[in-house]
Amino acid sequence: MIQFILNNKIIKTTANSGMTLLDFVRYEQRLTGTKIGCREGDCGACTLLVGTLDENEDIAYHSITSCISPLGNAHGKHIVTVEGTNLKDKLTTVQNAMKDNYATQCGFCTPGFVVSLTGFALSNSEKKYDTALDTISGNICRCTGYKSIERAAHQVCEKLEFSNTKMPFTWLVKNNFIPDYFMDIPKQLKQLHTENPSKKGIKIVSGGTDLYVQKADDLIEHNVHLISDNNALKGISIKGNICTIGAGTTVSELWNHTELNTYFPKLKTHLKLVSSEQIRNMASFGGNFVNASPIGDMTIFFLALNSDITILNSNGNERTLALKHFYKSYKTFDLQEDELIKTIRFKLPTRASHFNFEKVSKRTHLDIASVNSAAHISVENGTISEAHFAFGGVYEIPRYLHKTSEFLNGKSLTPTSILQAQDVMQDEISPISDVRGSSDYKRLLARQLFFAHFMELFPSQFTLNDFIQHA
Amino acid sequence: MHKNKSHSDLDIKKSQVKASLKQSVKNIDSYTHLRGESLYVDDVNVREGTFLAVVFDAPIAHGKIKSIDYSEAEALAGVERIFTYKDIPGDNQIGGIIQDEPLFAEQDIHFWGQPIALIVAKTELIARQARRLIKIDFEELPVITMAKDAKDKGSFINAARSFNLGNTDRAFANCDYIFEGETFSNGQEQLYIEAQGSYAEPLENGTIKIISSTQGPTAVQKTAASVLGLPMHKIEVDVTRLGGGFGGKEDQATPWAVMAALATYHLKQSVKLVLNRHDDLRMTGKRHPYESTYKIGLSKDLKILAYEVEFLQNSGAAADLSPAIAERTLFHATNSYFVKNVKSTVYSCKTHLPPNTAFRGFGGPQGMFVIESAIAKAASEIGVSARKIQEANLLQENDEFSYGQIAKQVEAQNSWNAAKTIFNLKELERDVEDFNKNNKAFKKGLALMPITFGISFTNTQMNHARALVHIYQDGSVGVSTAAVEMGQGVNTKMLQIAAQVFSIDKTKVKIETTNTTRVANTSPSAASSTADLNGKATLKACELLLERLKEVASEDLKVSKETITLKEEYVYVDAKKTALTWTALIFKAMAKRVALTENAHYATPEIHFDKTKEKGHPFAYHVYGTAIVITTVDCTRGTYEFDTVKVVHDYGKSMSEGIDLGQAEGGLAQGIGWMTMEEIAYNDKGKLLSNALSTYKVPDVFSVPKNVEILPLETESSELAILKSKAVGEPPLMYGIGAYFAIQNAIKAFNPNYKLKFHAPMTPEKVLMSLYES
Repeated sequence: MIQFILNNKIIKTTANSGMTLLDFVRYEQRLTGTKIGCREGDCGACTLLVGTLDENEDIAYHSITSCISPLGNAHGKHIVTVEGTNLKDKLTTVQNAMKDNYATQCGFCTPGFVVSLTGFALSNSEKKYDTALDTISGNICRCTGYKSIERAAHQVCEKLEFSNTKMPFTWLVKNNFIPDYFMDIPKQLKQLHTENPSKKGIKIVSGGTDLYVQKADDLIEHNVHLISDNNALKGISIKGNICTIGAGTTVSELWNHTELNTYFPKLKTHLKLVSSEQIRNMASFGGNFVNASPIGDMTIFFLALNSDITILNSNGNERTLALKHFYKSYKTFDLQEDELIKTIRFKLPTRASHFNFEKVSKRTHLDIASVNSAAHISVENGTISEAHFAFGGVYEIPRYLHKTSEFLNGKSLTPTSILQAQDVMQDEISPISDVRGSSDYKRLLARQLFFAHFMELFPSQFTLNDFIQHA
Repeated sequence: MHKNKSHSDLDIKKSQVKASLKQSVKNIDSYTHLRGESLYVDDVNVREGTFLAVVFDAPIAHGKIKSIDYSEAEALAGVERIFTYKDIPGDNQIGGIIQDEPLFAEQDIHFWGQPIALIVAKTELIARQARRLIKIDFEELPVITMAKDAKDKGSFINAARSFNLGNTDRAFANCDYIFEGETFSNGQEQLYIEAQGSYAEPLENGTIKIISSTQGPTAVQKTAASVLGLPMHKIEVDVTRLGGGFGGKEDQATPWAVMAALATYHLKQSVKLVLNRHDDLRMTGKRHPYESTYKIGLSKDLKILAYEVEFLQNSGAAADLSPAIAERTLFHATNSYFVKNVKSTVYSCKTHLPPNTAFRGFGGPQGMFVIESAIAKAASEIGVSARKIQEANLLQENDEFSYGQIAKQVEAQNSWNAAKTIFNLKELERDVEDFNKNNKAFKKGLALMPITFGISFTNTQMNHARALVHIYQDGSVGVSTAAVEMGQGVNTKMLQIAAQVFSIDKTKVKIETTNTTRVANTSPSAASSTADLNGKATLKACELLLERLKEVASEDLKVSKETITLKEEYVYVDAKKTALTWTALIFKAMAKRVALTENAHYATPEIHFDKTKEKGHPFAYHVYGTAIVITTVDCTRGTYEFDTVKVVHDYGKSMSEGIDLGQAEGGLAQGIGWMTMEEIAYNDKGKLLSNALSTYKVPDVFSVPKNVEILPLETESSELAILKSKAVGEPPLMYGIGAYFAIQNAIKAFNPNYKLKFHAPMTPEKVLMSLYES
């Protein structure tokens, strides 16, 4: 039995855990405000909020695209649809901001925007305009051109300026952001009989963000093996200079990790290039690794950190190997049927080491890269002491550049050695032409991103002129 | 001095816009939209026993079907029935302009995604599973995906059309400069967020009611009737609203509605057919790709003396709306410029892509892209800014269009001058120049884009509409028109008209669904004309009712009718308020047995067009404007951002400033999308590669220009615009064309070796390759 609270109603259902939350909400509960636009997490019309109780019994809300989320992952949570944000006879502050600014035209994407922006009001994040925009990074509108929605987001931020951080929900209720039933939800969630339903199922599913895009029809009629609540697979811990991340950790959990943001000062800038906030709230690193896309953003990220992964089998035995040795050929990797990636482990950047992530796609955000790349370079006295480069979209697997990385070890940090390394890199990649670009383009782009790493990491030392000839 | 003045002008203008937005009427659907309570096709409460349907479509682009085995699919538990062309009681034909498109393929397959059968089952999943069990055997035939190849093989939809003015041969002999070139503009997916869908249910006596997400209820009704072999009165089509249309549901909402109706006809049960996104992308047509060649001749003082252009329209596998779209390409081939000698020809080339169809602009943008390319090329070769050529040729009062219409109330020069001065173009240009001098890794580009867009269906006979207005006995009002609400705010405008004529509160007026039993024989909601046509009809109906009410009041108050006005729900005599309220007046009218219903018909006057001569006066009026587009290109990565788009736009006298600004901003974003990131890709076999939202990208909140300023141009406007508020749906899309040229100018600033190319969209791939070409 899956149990959760949907808006202000307790749900107990025997429906398949692999059914999408979207279908359950729309067709089982007839809450038709949640719309179907694409069924692959790319439009945000089905955005819902998920409220989770933490160990202090505080509730935290985040947004998801319900079209690629298994119903089973709602267990024990508070799920909020647009109807659940409505006040009795008037618009909420978010809804009024949209109305005042003409931010709704055909109305089909509108509930998604309302839910996302309400999620922004409910979240602990800073009430800045840029943060508000991040929350709608996964919402596509075809009518407005977004300028009216931006104006609405500004208005929401203005209204939130004096919000009370100590008693946020009381303040939000009083200021018409949310209906008052929200006040009782933490208590109700606590009382909810949440002994875990059977976790057995036909397929291991974490966030579902890839599986439900690839093969939803194979999952929706079944129970699936859900792991996103498995604490053994969660969390980020730092011991000395080693960071260990549970494979079930989401991208957003990395985004929000205070300490890691000091080790990776541009972490949020980099992660903003990775899908949308809704997807980042669901997508796990382990899922990204076993999807084995040659272009997986987080795979490239962790490859350049020279990460190890620990794999757990059904007998409880563990083994560890380097992520760069995990992939064998296209979509083939070193994982047995009964195995699961448990953790990722890597050495944190130091003062002498520099990390950068680059990604170019047709659309900068919420798009799959044409080429992506990460670099981790240690420099001592002008000499490269250690270098790790990874590129996506240029090979049949996410490509760790063994030779290029090796080549740069011990080289001086000069345009000459970088240009030579670039030649080595070109021998290590073999991009194909596809819908994300021609092979010529990807080669050129790989070169440019290779240079971009050095320009980003050593801005006082390198400019574009150091690497290219003409003009 | 001058700088300060224009800046303060700009500030005043901006604060005026802000103030008018505050007062302007809000979209009447806001409340239900924002609460998730608005109803779209898939939200309708279906009847018990409703079946779900999925379309089985061709897995090749061209060939002959040898055999199809449905047996396994039919045997799947939950499958009710599979319908093919054999089940069609009437004509297997859905072509609107030309009868060349079957509802279901019989023996021949003409495009990848062409419907072959409809699988009807208890659930959509079962229908999808059944689809995978259908076995089809076919013989593949050669596939044409490009218009040029079709032309070479003589594969056309219809005869070519030409609009000519003056004599280009003679004019070229007198030109100081002549340039030739070719251009390509790709297709564009409409990407309404609500996919195509319909729900059909049987009523008594063989009548079928269809709820459809269509811009053209009459097209659905007429086609369903002819496919089912029924009279039109047996088909009722009802449309509450669309989750976006953009032209994609003008003609191509029809097949899905007809299929649902066909299944309902046989099963006597209601059937719902809502396409999933992949099916929608694969099976439906898009904006037409165009391959074009031009020859442009100029004098030393940069006057365009002659322009020849040949458009190859990639029409896809059937006519759909292609002939009408091709025609509009010719109407807009010279955009905002007066060219004395024009020879323009368009070929609608038949290929094996899904039949391409309407998309905001309707062929106009494709025509404009070519002349803007020709101007850019000429400017580059001559060594002047394209702006100089644009400026030297702007359309003036009484200039003749190539199609014979004499330009009146022209605002091309006015909008251009206004944009230049209000936004201080000189300073903007200088800023770009300075930036480019001081930066290597980033370059800026600036381009201007004037637009002139004709308003009316170019097929004169479609320019009509009707409104049915009821005043109920309690004083509330219901308005039915042919207008379909799809986000453009037409219902709000209709409501404003009724509320204004009767001078009653807006809450007293309700805009009804668009329904073929209330308003029949309608034209689709398209061509930016919906508010004009239906608004004029509504205005007429309300005014007729008002006259009758004034008579009632004059009898009741024993004063002459001329002294009576209605104001804020009271009757006034000689501008003095009486005790007689709107509600009481209606009550009295009822008692006097006065008709409180009016049905008015409006047909646009003045317009005509003779296709045998290709001359006439096809447009009620034109909409004008000028945009300045500035972009920054990241020369390391080949990506770009738009710093600003500044527009002076001719709204006429806008009746709904907030709604019209929304149309302008939304159109602009779509136009930029068409020119930049939106890339339709088919492989050589005619298979759509950009077949999902993961591979077809439309603008998101981060990719639209950082700053958009759209200011109204003060104009006298046209009497043929509803309350002088000009049509606004399509024209602003074409400002987006400036995005292409702005990026190109930035590329030129980085790479002196770059050779101009006119091949849209300008994707990051093309930008990077261009930055580094030698």
